[in-house]
Amino acid sequence: MTVATEIRAGEAGHSGAEIRSDLHVRIEPRERGGMDIELESRVKPYYGDSIRRQAEEVLEALGVRHARVQIHDEGALPFVIAARIEASVRRAGLGEGTRVLPDRMTLPEPSGRDRIRRSRLYVPGSEPKYFVNAALHGADGVILDLEDSVHASEKDAARLLVRNALRAVDFLQCERMVRINQLPLGLEDLDEIVPESPDLILIPKVEDPGQIIEAGQRIAAIKGDYGITRPVWLMPILESALGIENAFALAQASDKIVALTIGLEDYTADLGVVKTATGAESLFARQRVVNAAHAARVQAIDSVFGDVGDMEGLRAWGLNSRALGFEGMGCVHPLQIPVIHEAFAPASAEIERARKIVAAYNEAQAKGLGVVSLGSKMIDAPVVQRALKLMARALAMGLV
Amino acid sequence: MNIAERSELVANAVGRVVPETVNGRPQVPYMGVGKYRPLDGKAMPAVRTAADYPTNGDKRVPDLETALRKCGLRDGSVVSSHHHLRDGDRVALMALETAARVGVKNLMWFPSASFPSQKSAIELMEAGVIEHIEGSMNGPLGDYCTQGKMRGMGVLRSHGGRWQAIQDGEVHIDIAVIAAPTADPFGNCDGSHGKSACGSLGFALADSIYADHVIVVTDNLVPFPCVPWQIQGNNVDYVVEVESIGDPSKIVSGTTQITRSPDRLRIAEFVARFLRDAGIMRTGFSFQAGAGGIALAFVSYLKQMMKQAGVKARFVRGGSTKYLVELLEEGLTDYILDGQTFDLDGVRSMASNPRHVATSPFTSYNYHGKGNFASMVDAVVLGATEVDANFNANVVTHSDGRLLHGIGGWQNCLAAGCTILAVPSFRDRIPVIVDDVTTLCGPGELIDVVVTERGIAINPRRQDLIDAVKGSKLPIRPLRDIKNEVERICGGKPQRPRRGERPVAVVKWVDGTVLDTVWQIP
Repeated sequence: MTVATEIRAGEAGHSGAEIRSDLHVRIEPRERGGMDIELESRVKPYYGDSIRRQAEEVLEALGVRHARVQIHDEGALPFVIAARIEASVRRAGLGEGTRVLPDRMTLPEPSGRDRIRRSRLYVPGSEPKYFVNAALHGADGVILDLEDSVHASEKDAARLLVRNALRAVDFLQCERMVRINQLPLGLEDLDEIVPESPDLILIPKVEDPGQIIEAGQRIAAIKGDYGITRPVWLMPILESALGIENAFALAQASDKIVALTIGLEDYTADLGVVKTATGAESLFARQRVVNAAHAARVQAIDSVFGDVGDMEGLRAWGLNSRALGFEGMGCVHPLQIPVIHEAFAPASAEIERARKIVAAYNEAQAKGLGVVSLGSKMIDAPVVQRALKLMARALAMGLV
Repeated sequence: MNIAERSELVANAVGRVVPETVNGRPQVPYMGVGKYRPLDGKAMPAVRTAADYPTNGDKRVPDLETALRKCGLRDGSVVSSHHHLRDGDRVALMALETAARVGVKNLMWFPSASFPSQKSAIELMEAGVIEHIEGSMNGPLGDYCTQGKMRGMGVLRSHGGRWQAIQDGEVHIDIAVIAAPTADPFGNCDGSHGKSACGSLGFALADSIYADHVIVVTDNLVPFPCVPWQIQGNNVDYVVEVESIGDPSKIVSGTTQITRSPDRLRIAEFVARFLRDAGIMRTGFSFQAGAGGIALAFVSYLKQMMKQAGVKARFVRGGSTKYLVELLEEGLTDYILDGQTFDLDGVRSMASNPRHVATSPFTSYNYHGKGNFASMVDAVVLGATEVDANFNANVVTHSDGRLLHGIGGWQNCLAAGCTILAVPSFRDRIPVIVDDVTTLCGPGELIDVVVTERGIAINPRRQDLIDAVKGSKLPIRPLRDIKNEVERICGGKPQRPRRGERPVAVVKWVDGTVLDTVWQIP
């Protein structure tokens, strides 16, 4: 299909005294005259040549032959430079269908269905300065967010940044998660993201199992196209009264679902109630999610605690959340991570008791006894099961 | 005429190319740590006689111009000033501008440090009043120097090195001008009281002893005696009373802030855990940390760990801040030995708590003393702009060679039992761990640990520290490993910025030898 398109300028990214680790690119395509690249950079003495070379390569790969390009760089890393140039080219109506991908790190081991998911750190998909150190702080997962933290006008550019980050950034032990936009926009996110093998996709604002099925089919199709065999797990986010009502059906909508979570900002807005620090207004919804998740044999994961300054409030919320049956929650700042890990860790007395029960169980097994007893007390099978589960979890958290 | 252009260049013991002559004086190239031992006697000012001074002890003169004239200000004089009022100081410029009005030329300004608010010294250099500056230069003054516009060569010394240079006669001060938050007519000075209180006056002590003439400028004149006297009136020639010696809002910061950056907090926590796990944090220990965001956060983490372990320090070295004062007031240290006071809590504490003691570069850092405190400190936490894989570090220039910081006490502190550099592994895209530092300020043999957000590297020379933290959960890695990771993240090694051919300043080692050269930016 050839359509006569009017030549227009494209811009992407940010620059200025307050901006770090990003860049602004403006491209003005022209009919002739070749490439004219103007570069300003605060790291010019160190990487000026490298930035220019990279810009030339990316533009050539995108098929841009004649253009005036202005780059104002604030110390952006190469994967960010590539994403911003690509975004500016696409916004200029060029480069359709071509992706310019940075070198890929060796992919980490695929993520397990039942891995520990105590904490997941949200990173805004349009703020590249946060990407490269996000995994250092020890969260179980990092979420590169394309949804609420990204302005509607930046969705296309954030998608490219997140795609490149999945290739170029080492997320260490963290599960590599992406929160896509609500469908149908989220399907376009999947087209760009899934080829880079994220470990898990969060699907926001689901109310109908059909939405999960649609996303699941799209993921399966892309994986097929790219020959990807490793799993891409799903975590639906329930954020409305209807979503909560359908919790169990949603939890069962795909065998790729490993966890169910809840978004309280939207949920309380849907109900027209105020979100409080103690969360009485959402107790029913949270319990509903816990129960549906357990019924479907997936993890129940709590919402985020938004007040970064209130560590005591966070601790109380986390302890309560664990008591309700959640296995983890979201983080909006790295300082929340250790507090959450502590809140979701079994207490040492619990571990000690579980250890004794497991020892008694092992002893009974060895002796071929059907009945497990600890001291003078008989231990029921479900108690043994719970102790085994708790010990496995404590082991995974490095507590035993 | 340019002195720098006539200087021959020579490689010192670590291969750095340095000028043999600086501002007309022959130099000793750096020979190695502790190798240089000059044998001459110490320099002294002229003998004075009490009979020449007023018997009633009243040394007041009407204004600074009178005082400078009486002190014999002339072309080419060396005039010194001090930075205990930091960016709020008005006295140094007051003295230099007065000298300009008197009409003298070619002064050497010898500040213990210069600050951005003193950038109008550039105009005095352009007008020929100041020939050159020997002392830290940053901001506009640093740019002026690295652009090669200063006529003489800059000389960067540590706080201890400044005392050493005065004592072995390398710098002879003609007139010292001392800003005093409180003084009496005899010239006794105290820094802890008055509307411009700043805490310690230690930086001015050497000048008060060794300068030919000493002028005290105060905005809080009290009747004799001014107690306590940090500067002794017996060394002072004239006392001048002025409306204001400085802008109090810039002398001390009302609040010093702990960093909120999670990456920097992580570095600070690693440093504290390292001291704990290496067994350095034990009852009776000592440490020093500055007033930067990472250092403050480090103190806060260490405090929690000291409380948990029931450990108490014997002394901590300031730059004091409210975080050190809290340690003192909560009984977690017996003493603060304070070289300069960074915030209002520090000033209040020094004025009221006998365990908060003012120190000077003589007690703490001087190479020509019979020992000094720096080597008695168990651990010190410092910053740096660059570190190479052999632990050599830079603190005075940006990676492109522009002057950024003075050396301060940094070089002197390297003598501590365990020297820790707490640095991010890269800033924006610029690696901090590099193949070769732009300007060498600290020899790697004195730097024991580099703590970054990506892990902790221990100098292989310190097998004792390596053994001490074996079995801990700290992320110990080879420095080269961190360097390689950072180069991968940043997209390869940085280009080497082009270096000029002309020396514009030298970096002295603590013993007065020339460690490295700062080159003109092309």
